[in-house]
Amino acid sequence: MASIDYERILPRAVVDMPSSGIRKFFDILDSMTDVTALTVGQPDFVTPWKIREAGIESLVTGKTYYTSNAGTMELRREISRYMSRRFDLTYAPEHEIVVTVGGSEAIDMAMRAILEPGDEIIIPTPCFVCYEPLARMTGAVPVIVETRNEDKFKLTPELLEAAITPKTKMLVLAYPNNPTGAIMDADDLEKIAKILREHQIIVLSDEIYAELTYGQRHTSIASLPEMWERTVVVSGFSKAYAMTGWRLGYICAPEPLARQMLKLHQYAIMCAPTTAQLAAIAALRDCDEDVAAMTAEYDRRRRYIHNGLNAIGLDAFEPEGAFYIYPHVGKFGLSSEEFCERLLYEHKCAIVPGVAFGASGEGFARISYAYSVKHITEALERIEHFTKKLS
Amino acid sequence: MDTLLKVLEDDATLTPEQLSVMLDKEVGEIRDMIKKYESDGVIVGYKTLIDWDKTDREYVTAMIEVKITPQRDRGFDRIAEKIYHYPEVQSVYLMSGGFDLCVLIEGRTMKEVAYFVAQKLAPIEYVVSTATHFVLRKYKDKGVIYGAPEIDERGNYV
Repeated sequence: MASIDYERILPRAVVDMPSSGIRKFFDILDSMTDVTALTVGQPDFVTPWKIREAGIESLVTGKTYYTSNAGTMELRREISRYMSRRFDLTYAPEHEIVVTVGGSEAIDMAMRAILEPGDEIIIPTPCFVCYEPLARMTGAVPVIVETRNEDKFKLTPELLEAAITPKTKMLVLAYPNNPTGAIMDADDLEKIAKILREHQIIVLSDEIYAELTYGQRHTSIASLPEMWERTVVVSGFSKAYAMTGWRLGYICAPEPLARQMLKLHQYAIMCAPTTAQLAAIAALRDCDEDVAAMTAEYDRRRRYIHNGLNAIGLDAFEPEGAFYIYPHVGKFGLSSEEFCERLLYEHKCAIVPGVAFGASGEGFARISYAYSVKHITEALERIEHFTKKLS
Repeated sequence: MDTLLKVLEDDATLTPEQLSVMLDKEVGEIRDMIKKYESDGVIVGYKTLIDWDKTDREYVTAMIEVKITPQRDRGFDRIAEKIYHYPEVQSVYLMSGGFDLCVLIEGRTMKEVAYFVAQKLAPIEYVVSTATHFVLRKYKDKGVIYGAPEIDERGNYV
């Protein structure tokens, strides 16, 4: 009897998929104590009580069955109303909205439904880590575009134009952006849209941080003329409502696209967790004030950390969205990983090397301000000790 | 409502410099606003929340329900004033419902509190009756949870 040979069984594409660019860094971090970390990519707030209460109530009253594949009609109606009142977007709850297990599943479903081997997908970086590996699983070819600090990490029409080929089928647009905190306003988006209207390209617009913008409201590219039909909007409850652990997101897309994604979702997932869905109804109905209060708190920390970093000589452009700031750390002659590892070892302060978000992150680091001002102050002091030593 | 008040209510240790950055206002403006709030009696003081149970200090807190006969013209104010001047008294509230004043007092021992009630509070003219409830454990005060310090359980996932 031959022993089983996993090497032969496992597909190359899966084996070669990186588990995470900087798992090693996080392993070191997890093994240390008394570290002041600014690494976490999720809110420090607890889910607002009204939402938790609705989740508890759903369990107490025994709502423990599957929902319809696309999500409960009540939740889809609330999402439809929400998209309309917040972003001026119209989606029919009956066939243009699919409730998913977090934004991540939504991204996966959208890619699997639309991409096929040989298609090109343009991925502006630095960006969240999942787009490239998920795109590769469809056989599509990721075309990495490096956005630049001097453009405040926006996707410029020049960069986009240079990346488009006859094979381009999808563009990932992830603004407000993790890790840079960049946003793209209506004017920025219109410049991109002008090019996209000439092509058969679907925009996968990841708007998970849409509620977290500072100084101006988020604009969805789908709200621009002739863009609705070219856009799949992916969003969710994790960031805006501090609901990361509930795993709830959604896809809003034209019916011909949504219908295909729903099939994949139906066979792979069945439906998003019922408890989370019922809680999310309360989020959309009753929690505008909570969202506003959390956003205002992030805004104060954003100003504080931006000021603090620049004061100690770590230049960072002022982020306008999400809860990250992305300073340039390359001027000390260390790679971003070396900088972050030494900061961790020598000063017990953790920030994420920019290379975790693509090669274009070299020379940068992501700092999360989903932490209290006291905690941020402590971290800034440690970073200052380190940079003083380096310069 | 002014955001400055809300932010300071949560953390009085923030300096005018920090507040200036956070609220996007000049430092001088922040100082002036705080000064004005203080002189107008909107900001009435700054204290530190201490979990004395974690120290060797001996102390006991009691909540005393006080019933009084209101005085003509002066209502409850004069009696409340008499009570709140005692240094042992931490808080005095005029209440709706079954009693009139809620008095929070702190003493070293239960005996000391009992002595205060019997010798000082109860004999005050127009005080009809008192009921003393000792605090056994403080779980949460001024919005802050007492007990083990909070641990950040959020994992690192990029």
